[in-house]
Amino acid sequence: MSAATATSARRGRRRRLDASLIVGIALVGVIIIGAILVASVGRNFFSAGNIRDILTGMSVLGFVAIGQTLVILCASLDLSVPYVVSLSSLIAADMMAGDPANIPVAVLAVLVVAALIGLANGLIVTKLKVNGFIATLGTGLIIKGYLDTNYKGTSGEVPWEFQLIGATGIGPVPVSTLIMLAVALAGAFFLARTRTGNHMFAVGGDEQVARLSGIRTARPVIVAHMLCSITAAFAGLLLASRLGVGSPTVGTQGGYDLLSIAAVVLGGTLLMGGRGSIWGTIGGVAIFAVVDNVMSVMQVNPFLKDVVRGIVIVAAVAVYTSRSLDRRRPRFGSGAAEPERPGDQDAAPPAVAHEKEASA
Amino acid sequence: MTAEQPQAGAGRSAVLDGEPVLVATGLEKSFFGVTVLRGVGLTLHPGEVHGLVGENGAGKSTFMKILAGVYERDAGSVALGGDEVAFSHPVEAARAGLATVFQEFNLLPERTVAQNVFLGREPRRHGLVDRKAMLAETRALLADLGIDSIEADAPVRTLTVAEQQIVEIVKALSVDARVIQMDEPTAALADHEVELLYTIVRRLSERGVAILYVSHRLKEIFDLCDTITVLKDGALVSSGPAAELDTDELVRRMVGRPISAYFPAAEEGTAVGEPRLELRGAGNAYVDDIDLELRAGEIVGVAGLQGSGRTELVEALFGIDQFTRGELRLDGRPVRMTSARQAVKAGVALITEDRKAQGLALNQSVGDNALLVIRSVFARRTTAARRELPGVLSSLEVSSRGVDQEVQYLSGGNQQKVVLAKWLATKPRVVLLDEPTRGIDVGAKVAVYTLMRRLAKEGVAILMISSELPEVIGMSDRIVVMHDGRASAELPARSDEATILSAATGTLKVGGAKVVGTADDADDASSPASGSAAADDAEQEPGR
Repeated sequence: MSAATATSARRGRRRRLDASLIVGIALVGVIIIGAILVASVGRNFFSAGNIRDILTGMSVLGFVAIGQTLVILCASLDLSVPYVVSLSSLIAADMMAGDPANIPVAVLAVLVVAALIGLANGLIVTKLKVNGFIATLGTGLIIKGYLDTNYKGTSGEVPWEFQLIGATGIGPVPVSTLIMLAVALAGAFFLARTRTGNHMFAVGGDEQVARLSGIRTARPVIVAHMLCSITAAFAGLLLASRLGVGSPTVGTQGGYDLLSIAAVVLGGTLLMGGRGSIWGTIGGVAIFAVVDNVMSVMQVNPFLKDVVRGIVIVAAVAVYTSRSLDRRRPRFGSGAAEPERPGDQDAAPPAVAHEKEASA
Repeated sequence: MTAEQPQAGAGRSAVLDGEPVLVATGLEKSFFGVTVLRGVGLTLHPGEVHGLVGENGAGKSTFMKILAGVYERDAGSVALGGDEVAFSHPVEAARAGLATVFQEFNLLPERTVAQNVFLGREPRRHGLVDRKAMLAETRALLADLGIDSIEADAPVRTLTVAEQQIVEIVKALSVDARVIQMDEPTAALADHEVELLYTIVRRLSERGVAILYVSHRLKEIFDLCDTITVLKDGALVSSGPAAELDTDELVRRMVGRPISAYFPAAEEGTAVGEPRLELRGAGNAYVDDIDLELRAGEIVGVAGLQGSGRTELVEALFGIDQFTRGELRLDGRPVRMTSARQAVKAGVALITEDRKAQGLALNQSVGDNALLVIRSVFARRTTAARRELPGVLSSLEVSSRGVDQEVQYLSGGNQQKVVLAKWLATKPRVVLLDEPTRGIDVGAKVAVYTLMRRLAKEGVAILMISSELPEVIGMSDRIVVMHDGRASAELPARSDEATILSAATGTLKVGGAKVVGTADDADDASSPASGSAAADDAEQEPGR
């Protein structure tokens, strides 16, 4: 009996659209609408300059959001990222002090400090069992206190060689975007092909299941927090390179904590953890970048800009939610696979199979 | 799989003569000074299917969890393949060849079948997860069990409950288990899905895997098991060949008293009165053409396969997905039921299928749960209800440490009684029960049945959905069978299982029963199976 039942069940089982595919479709839609709007004011959306602007806008948020994706996959959150971004820019600029010879040491120091902050976040979340939201709010405030008392304004000097990273590009593609995409690729590979990456999905999806399967549940969470701080440090380095100095407020001005979370969610990653992808997040970042770009080209007023951003986030989550709730397919009436006319039986079997899927 | 299977192919009784693979003796365990297991032991042979039965709280789960390494034993010994063992974690036990399929699924719905099977033990190549090997091995294990319906790279959330159960078993097999414990593997399965599990259990047994099988469904125990061990109140009652027992004797040993009437008869003085609830041609997106009459004092059973629209029917009656067509009357007056709140106010109660997710606030107390509906819908009656609560709880024989205990610490049967108490407090006139005895022990089942009879005597109209046909037959005054979203038949009390099943699968030929199906069966009687039966049930129509 098994074979027959199963085949019919499988035939009826619709493959749900992959979330990152939906993000891709949404991105294309946003680009088309954006191009039309931009064209309506007599400008070219696809000009090299404009493409460069969009990609440049993507790279900083992209770095932060990649790390945030890992943390959210583990069902945690990182609110300390804007302070890590600011701190990184300051450490980099101060240590480089205008001398290109100091670049390697400065970069290394930035990454080590960031990794230690991430380690602290991860340990607080896993060992002290403090919710990630609160834990990282706390560490973020500690860093903020340090920045506020020790820096009154911009500090340090970034040598011209390092500023090149933020300024050069290959054709219309900035180097910083290429680095960001390389990090995304590494992140996606890490999630798919390492045990720790696999276990992030498990811990975020159901910690109990992960533990009963013999996974050391603390490790993926700690690693995710460390990687998140490190990608935030990348963002800080990039900002230092662009500004030429370190700034204690560059992270908070960018609003990278909430924007990165929004980009991750926009990219189809569940805020509760356990499902999501880096590429979805990159798609989310790109959507934000395109929307921002179109609005600044069209000189939309700042208030309306935030309204549109807000609507995009809420609408995206509403769409995902309705998709995940609508598990049960109607059998009768409009939208049903089966015409209601009595005696019309050929359409019935698929409806039954769908129902099976729904009850699972 | 295991080296010791000299009896493969020999008679069932021969299986039990060989070298045992697992010997547990004198296991004891207490929690907080309460002894839950006293000196329990049993022996498992390769290829043996060993049933472990007892009421909830008898110690079955504790016993399994000690073997699996979830709990530490206070006393006693366990020998696996001749070696003394004491596991401290289920994974440790599984790696030693003793795997457990827990009642609660330990699966990640968003991950694929293969990723779930190898969770925590992902095969690696050059330090990276070897996805090809993972898929290939999962496919091999599935093929080994004769399962071709499950794709190794499909996300688990797309599988049916039965298929998820199989994934759990595959997970156990992937560690080369010599002993597999299964805790209520069929609790969440519909009758037609149970067959598949039977096949797998038998196949495992043929391969020399010993199986410890816990179930409340006694039929399964007799269908599958070579040996039956009975526990009661944490102690061993008996352990011996299944052939020496019958259902009555088994029930007597489990509850310590004979249950002459497993299903209590209608109480003296129960009278069927006026129609309480009537449906005429009612339908919504999930059900259609429902004609139903529910009278005061009557118990109507609803049978049908899982996914046939049974749950959707009661949800529509309860205002969750309201009917968009046809007519609904309560006490003769037409009503539009648009919300659960309205249904409760109209005197309708719904005991949901999934008590943990839909019936109870698990981390709240017995008292808070029992007063939940009263407080939110009939706030003015709260004080009176609180006063009556102890009486209601004791009349249902809820055994808890008190009204302040959180319901998550109660057994399934006691949790269900709290759900019933919650609804009794509203003094309902129509009670809808969706799988009211799923996953609860015999004693609690009888308590539910007795309560149904008592309510019927008080003039309440009762609609009971059940996947267990004996229950439908034993309790119902009439039986409505759902198929493909429609009420395919209405059968009299004491109809036989075969008739109900054929109505449920859409293959019922008009016999003595009144067939309600308007279109399918009447218009197209020449090809009865050309409809949905083939898709829903096992039999594929030839040439399709």
